[in-house]
Amino acid sequence: MSREPAVTPELAREHGLTEDEYATALKAIGRTPSFPELGVLSVMWSEHCSYKSSRVHLKRLPTKGPRVIHGPGENAGVVDIGDGWAVVFKMESHNHPSFIEPYQGAGTGVGGILRDVFTMGARPVAVMDSLRFGEPSHPRTPGLLRGVVAGIAGYGNAFGVPTVGGEVQFDAAYNGNILVNAFALGLCRSDRLFLGQAKGVGNPILYVGARTGRDGIHGATMASAEFEEGEEAERPTVQVGDPFMEKLLLEGCLEIFAAGVLEGIQDMGAAGLTSSTVEMASRAGNGVELWLDRLPRRAKHLTPYEILLSESQERMIMVARAGEEQRVLDICAKWDLDAQVVGRVTDTGRFVVRATPGYDPLSGAPWPDDPPVVVDLPVDLLTDAAPVYTRPCVEDSRLTDRYGVDATGLAFDPRSDLLELLSAPNVGSRAWIYRQYDHIVRDGTMVRPGAGDAAVVRLYCEDERGRREKLIAMSSDCNGRFCELDPRTGAAMAVAEACRNLACVGAAPIGLTDCLNFGNPQRPEIMAQFRDAIDGIADACKALGVPVVSGNVSLYNETTEQGGPRAVLPTPTIGAVGLFEKVSDVVGAGFRTAGDHVFVLGPRGDDRLGGSEWLTRRTGRVCGRPPSIDLAAEAALQSLLVRAAREGLLASAHDCAEGGLLVALAEACILGQSGAVLSLPAEYAVTPGGLFGEDPSRVVVSVTPYVLELFSRRVAEAGVPCAFLGRVGGASLSLEGVASWGLDEMREAHASALDDIVGR
Amino acid sequence: MRAVVIQFPGSNADFDALHTLRDVVGVETSYVFHKTPTLPAGTDLVVLPGGFSYGDYLRCGAIARFAPVMADVRRHVERGGLLLGICNGFQILTEAGLLPGALTRNAHLRFECRDVLVRVDADGPFTQDLRGRVLRLPIAHAEGRYQADEATLQSLESKSLVAFRYVPAAAPDARLPANPNGSLHDIAGLYGGPRRNVLGLMPHPERMAEPILGGTDGRLLFHSAVRAALAR
Repeated sequence: MSREPAVTPELAREHGLTEDEYATALKAIGRTPSFPELGVLSVMWSEHCSYKSSRVHLKRLPTKGPRVIHGPGENAGVVDIGDGWAVVFKMESHNHPSFIEPYQGAGTGVGGILRDVFTMGARPVAVMDSLRFGEPSHPRTPGLLRGVVAGIAGYGNAFGVPTVGGEVQFDAAYNGNILVNAFALGLCRSDRLFLGQAKGVGNPILYVGARTGRDGIHGATMASAEFEEGEEAERPTVQVGDPFMEKLLLEGCLEIFAAGVLEGIQDMGAAGLTSSTVEMASRAGNGVELWLDRLPRRAKHLTPYEILLSESQERMIMVARAGEEQRVLDICAKWDLDAQVVGRVTDTGRFVVRATPGYDPLSGAPWPDDPPVVVDLPVDLLTDAAPVYTRPCVEDSRLTDRYGVDATGLAFDPRSDLLELLSAPNVGSRAWIYRQYDHIVRDGTMVRPGAGDAAVVRLYCEDERGRREKLIAMSSDCNGRFCELDPRTGAAMAVAEACRNLACVGAAPIGLTDCLNFGNPQRPEIMAQFRDAIDGIADACKALGVPVVSGNVSLYNETTEQGGPRAVLPTPTIGAVGLFEKVSDVVGAGFRTAGDHVFVLGPRGDDRLGGSEWLTRRTGRVCGRPPSIDLAAEAALQSLLVRAAREGLLASAHDCAEGGLLVALAEACILGQSGAVLSLPAEYAVTPGGLFGEDPSRVVVSVTPYVLELFSRRVAEAGVPCAFLGRVGGASLSLEGVASWGLDEMREAHASALDDIVGR
Repeated sequence: MRAVVIQFPGSNADFDALHTLRDVVGVETSYVFHKTPTLPAGTDLVVLPGGFSYGDYLRCGAIARFAPVMADVRRHVERGGLLLGICNGFQILTEAGLLPGALTRNAHLRFECRDVLVRVDADGPFTQDLRGRVLRLPIAHAEGRYQADEATLQSLESKSLVAFRYVPAAAPDARLPANPNGSLHDIAGLYGGPRRNVLGLMPHPERMAEPILGGTDGRLLFHSAVRAALAR
């Protein structure tokens, strides 16, 4: 065993602690920390674990609602779906590891979020992935896209959870920092939830799952620093996933839950054993004592420092009721899982770790008696008393300079521009990606990826009381370009779009999760983006009446380049979950029957092109005055859509998003395998803004003539603007006086969107 | 009639098979854990479900064939009982020698999940009166490329044991190849066993048995199996 280094202020700085933070720690402890204690402090006070820059702002998010069972603060949010059942969901980032090692980084991102969900007692039943890559022509983009998609597929497919949705965007701002945000949703009985609490003094602490190795040491600290050039050499800090182990862990945990012997459980995610046990102790107001000599391990000569900071995957910490240890161990044996009692709950309020120097159980020697204490720190110092910063915020004064750009002098040809947009990587088909995901395992996927505005999944609720089916929808959204040009409005638009997608398929939103990806919070412009984005999310949540129940913050998504720091587009990804009343409410996005009337619902907008795909392609940069959003009009639109769906009045509904109105119409044709004969309403101009502007709150619907009168009545009652465009039919999309596009050419353009990046 | 779905560690379409048999087709169905040495008395149909048995870190299905339950599954087949291997179950059947040949990595080397069209090309207990029908079924696999030597293929063809073959779809799926994985002879499923009582196939009939999942073609196989079991 190598000797431990002496703890000095320099070593503390290398661990990411500032001078002030180290001084605070010294004062609180009253002595120089041991080397493992320094490691514990550094991970618990890292941005990733402590939310020290974001915490003051996150408080402004609305988190309450009649259906909310558990909001932020637990491993995942829990929302009631009625009849004694609940959904558990959360989204989390795995950005830095995925850039360094895309396959393992993305795969373990999925693994981590799955554990967050099943830790609470829920069986995961759906996953979505929100991905951001650099520009398609960047030399690293194809390899990163291939690796990330294969990693998500490799983990989710083997684990046996369907990947039912998500989104992908490409922009130069992500060239040096890709984003991989994984969402998972699970189903459980609302009266059988499990929390991450170390309750009951004297209760045993059990370690279950994969053995501990050296992988991922300091992952949390890595995720709390920006990349410098050449840091891809950090590969050893990336965790390695084993979805088979995770599957066994899931089945073992579900059986242990059912046995009714647990007081608390938490997965070992970021900062591993340390974070999980400290958080459990903190939530219960207790202390914990850990015996590292007994810890199952796969690498020889692990030091306490390494064990405490390892981020080996597929591991759980459980607190069982005293006397029930054997029950847990027996179930683990059935599922071929390693399990061991590794400590106990105490009343000291301290995080105490014991380990015998030089002892390695892999040597075969028995556990030594009375191992000495190597860590003894107050739990609250690591959690509630961790640093919190109100960092300075200064809006980027150069931002509004970009607003001056518009379509003046730019080439515009509606016919070729539509085909160009349909084949753009940011707009066209994602089939190359989702075909690699098992999106149908578990027999629940009713609306598959690419087939509708949101995924629709049947939940099979079965217990001793009987069986019943529930239907939910989910969507993830964020347009970082709008957030860059106007963070508050852009973030509100992300919430609005995610919920609008639910409304388009006929579901009412019941809760949100967010994954907030930003640059370096120590730069005031970035902190201003963060502050404003939180306010935008809060604005939209209040207007739409939907709470945020879980979330994750990922900062330092930034690269130091020669020209200075380059941050990602501010990307507050929103994952939205909605509930249906009945199966017949589900509405598809494609036109269905010739003769149906086509309308665009929602306010006219002002045709601003800022941040649009069309303007970005024409100018090569994110610029222009971005669209605004009227949240009251948005709420009215969504209520109307859900009501019309429940009354069976909609043949199809499709949101206008990237590419604007004309792309939405083309997509409705492609999905429905049907043309349409349309003309633009008088208030729409044949301009880039009119055809390709991305004003929010607009939905293309088709309505069968028989229910037109009922539909019109509901529209009038809702006070939602509605413009008639024409009728479904024929083999082409024809826009009177503008152009006509054959179904085949639109389909081919749409299908080819990723060809230039990954091939056919 | 009584059906069981074997749960290997890493099976993940076990629920799909149980749900379709029990809740859609109405067959009394239960799980049997891989460590169980004997099947329940009176078992008519054994399903080896999809998934990644033992992680599939070695060749797919290579470890599952040694599972304690497999000895009794073999006896069940020798008695003439029905055995259905879906996806990973098909891979296990070839590894166990219950069906000839092997399923290797898809020709394009990626996992592929989408609907395909397959034509029923052989009669048997799972395809009674279905010969010539084209079914829409989903696939979800990375290793479904059927391979065998020329003599084996000739034998399969001459004995009419090729149960399902991938066939082209009309547009709009024209960009995608009809044969999704490069299987020889476009083979999607095979009959075997002493009385054609063993069927292995890569597509998932149990995921296409309800209207809300996109179709009901998969139900046909289960209804056929129920008829066969009742006739015994």
